[in-house]
Amino acid sequence: MTQRFIRGWRPVAVLLLFILLWELCSRWFDIPEWLLPPPSLILETGISSWADYAPHLFSTIRLTFLGFMIGACFGLLLAVLLHLLPSVREALYPLLILSQNIPIIVLAPLLVIWFGFGALPKLIIIVLVCFFPIAIAAMDGLRQTNPEWMHYMKMSGATKGQIFRKLEWPNALPSIFSGVKISAAYSVMGAVISEWLGANKGIGVYMTLASSSFRTDRVFVAIFLIMGLSLLFFLLINLLEKRMTSWQRKGGGVHE
Amino acid sequence: MNKLVVDQLTKSFDSSIILQNVSFSIQDGEFVSILGPSGSGKSTLFHLIGGLYRPDSGEIYINGERTTGEKGRISYMPQSPSLLPWRTILENVVLSSEIIEQPNKSEALNMIQQAGLEGYEHAYPAQLSGGMKQRASFIRSLLSPQSLICLDEPFSALDEFTRMDMQEWLLSIWTEHRRSILFVTHNIEEAIFLSDRVIVLSDRPAKVQREFTIPFARPRHSSLMLTREFLKWKKEIFEELKVLV
Ligand SMILES: Nc1ncnc2c1ncn2[C@@H]1O[C@H](COP(=O)(O)OP(=O)(O)O)[C@@H](O)[C@H]1O
Ligand SMILES: [Mg+2]
Repeated sequence: MTQRFIRGWRPVAVLLLFILLWELCSRWFDIPEWLLPPPSLILETGISSWADYAPHLFSTIRLTFLGFMIGACFGLLLAVLLHLLPSVREALYPLLILSQNIPIIVLAPLLVIWFGFGALPKLIIIVLVCFFPIAIAAMDGLRQTNPEWMHYMKMSGATKGQIFRKLEWPNALPSIFSGVKISAAYSVMGAVISEWLGANKGIGVYMTLASSSFRTDRVFVAIFLIMGLSLLFFLLINLLEKRMTSWQRKGGGVHE
Repeated sequence: MNKLVVDQLTKSFDSSIILQNVSFSIQDGEFVSILGPSGSGKSTLFHLIGGLYRPDSGEIYINGERTTGEKGRISYMPQSPSLLPWRTILENVVLSSEIIEQPNKSEALNMIQQAGLEGYEHAYPAQLSGGMKQRASFIRSLLSPQSLICLDEPFSALDEFTRMDMQEWLLSIWTEHRRSILFVTHNIEEAIFLSDRVIVLSDRPAKVQREFTIPFARPRHSSLMLTREFLKWKKEIFEELKVLV
């Protein structure tokens, strides 16, 4: 913990320096607040209008979490399915990649036309951006099993299911987690974009309202909220990863 | 009774013949070594006995039953320890028994203690030295319910000191647990020291070149390797191998 703190101080120092510079510049050059508000004002707005944006924030968190969960489950399920059925994998793999080339900005209004302004089109967007990194990472992880371990399991009489549960799945976990981390970061952006389409609540909505009324300080509050949310999400997943793959960090303790 | 009968086994990979009409058998409770140069097809022979591949021709019988191409009939210790890094030593040694039946944890703990790995039950393989990993891998094969154990060059990656230690340790454990063992090696001394019989394989394609019955009484100690009698056997087997080159 202390080690992480010591390593963590550098980026924090750079960030603080940047904010300080920003504050000083906006004072010296008298930059108008609607163009670029100073950090102090953003902080002040962030504290004073908590009651205004809190419902928006919670709505976004709920949407992100739900969309991410569905996307992650879908990605994992798809990866396992394609792993176990190689012929289906060959057929679907190119389509999987094509799905990532659909421009979300174009797709989003279409989804609204098809599914209305409810939660469904928003969830579809988040799932679409979330499932892919997880599916690809999981498929790669599942395929990269040490052939010697595989021989061992087979010669010991392990069934296909046992090989999957005892060998392929735990072996793929570190790889899966790197996919999950990318997805977690994407999911917040996905949620905000989906809220721009037409929602009555959410950070995306708060941001649109703020920018159309030239409340740039609020826009920045929204930006920082989104960044904070992404970071928090990332850290939570990191924590989960550390717990589930703790064996990775133990090693080299004893030598002959 | 014959524990294992290998009958006229032939196997080729991509039109190059690796094993040709290999036949031998192992009695119940016997320790038999297969001696052959690297790349002669010793691991392939194990993979065939273990059912990983089917032979081109020939049959394999275990306990009198034809088991050609059937997996899960032997307990196997591969050339590299192949311990799963995310399992603790205790979880690793029960892996093969877990595949077939309910694992017996107290027996496993007992064996870990016998192997001198006490205190490492809950350590991960990365925390162990090479010799310790091989011990864990061997315990895993002993805890597996099958009565025939196949060991594929288990000590070839170890340094000379550790290897000597491990050979004596293996014999002491084996005397206690009496299983039939098929042991593959390319080290002549190791084969003589450990075995009741030594089967010499020829190179390319591998055939059974000759069989030696080693008469030394058990228990054996490493001092045996310095006796005149031992050197005589070593010389004889060495000449047999030299004919091949
Ligand atoms: N699955 C395989 N496909 C093709 N060739 C193989 C395969 N397995 C082993 N061989 C070949 O068979 C030969 C014998 O290999 P191996 O049985 O591992 O020898 P040894 O264990 O005696 O050192 C080698 O030349 C190797 O390249
Ligand atoms: Mg080999």
